[in-house]
Amino acid sequence: MLDPADHLRPADPAAQADLTAAAGAGAAASAAPANDVCVVIPMFNEAAVIGGVVAGLLVEFPMVVCVDDGSSDDCADVARAAGARVVTHPVNLGQGAALQTGLEHGLRLRPRREYFLTFDADGQHRVADAVTMVQAARRGEAEVILGSRFLDTGTTMTGSRRLLLKGAVAFTRLTTGLRLTDAHNGLRVFTRPVAEMIDIRLHGMAHASELLGLIARSGATWKEVPVTIDYTEYSTAKGQSGVNAVNIVLDLLQGRLARGRR
Amino acid sequence: MWIKILLALGLAAFAVVGLVGRQRAGRKALRRLAIFVFGAGAVIAVLDPAAITWVANRVGVGRGTDLVLYVLVIAFLFTIVGFSARFSDIEDRLVQLARSVALSQAAGEYGADLRDQPPAPQGGPVS
Repeated sequence: MLDPADHLRPADPAAQADLTAAAGAGAAASAAPANDVCVVIPMFNEAAVIGGVVAGLLVEFPMVVCVDDGSSDDCADVARAAGARVVTHPVNLGQGAALQTGLEHGLRLRPRREYFLTFDADGQHRVADAVTMVQAARRGEAEVILGSRFLDTGTTMTGSRRLLLKGAVAFTRLTTGLRLTDAHNGLRVFTRPVAEMIDIRLHGMAHASELLGLIARSGATWKEVPVTIDYTEYSTAKGQSGVNAVNIVLDLLQGRLARGRR
Repeated sequence: MWIKILLALGLAAFAVVGLVGRQRAGRKALRRLAIFVFGAGAVIAVLDPAAITWVANRVGVGRGTDLVLYVLVIAFLFTIVGFSARFSDIEDRLVQLARSVALSQAAGEYGADLRDQPPAPQGGPVS
């Protein structure tokens, strides 16, 4: 009760909201580089495209951290040459582990970053969408901003992929209670408190659902923003095959049981 | 039918251990004990096959070979669960190790996280 922090607390949120809004407006007006954003890109054998992806992001976000997940090609060099930081896993660990590593590196950065943007390495996301999402986070619309390809009209995908992703959405609603429209989109923005809380234990592809479960349990506010996915021949070839959905579901079930046990 | 009860118990134990249990020390002791009993059973089966049939008859199984098969199936299930638990445990440790290697390497490369852009002028003061 006599804790001095208590006296400060009530005034805090409003003051913060004002400052955040002012900062957001300033950034939008001057188009200054977003120095408070850290971009995290999990990367596995993406030498062919990563240079372009990094270059595109650097226009808007000066800090891009690529996590090389034990690639056998020279994508780490390509990413470095393009201007990104590269954190290298000595062996391949999986995309979930790569995201976690990237976030942890980003959280240690000085000056401290307030927004953490995850972005796919294969070039299927648009930087403009990322900018929109960061702005939404800056305006305080939610603590987690998620990209959704199903709120967007510009994304074209095959029927089977649509069906599979819709299945993933239904599964996520069932297991986390989050009423999302797109459960497996690699484009997300976390505010710092959420990023600090994230602790991905499922190293493979099931982390997308695991993350949503974490968000649901933490009670963080979230919002979906329409984003366009550019399915190139490259990204489709590199992307998940439908069969892997079985693995993801089993990983999740196992992970849930394991988590309950700890 | 004793065998049905025994097999049902075995499967129930499998379910419990496979889904819930992960008590280190207790499991290790049990595992060693089980291996010992299994080995002893194998020796007896070789030396005196009739003994296995006798045991089989006691629990309501016609032939010793059938009993061996049943026991083998249960043992196999436990083996699978045990190995997958240990493998995922090892994988978790590997991931932790490799990630910390990656992070400390990056900390070295990027000046212990200190070298960076000048302070962000409009950095949102969200705590």
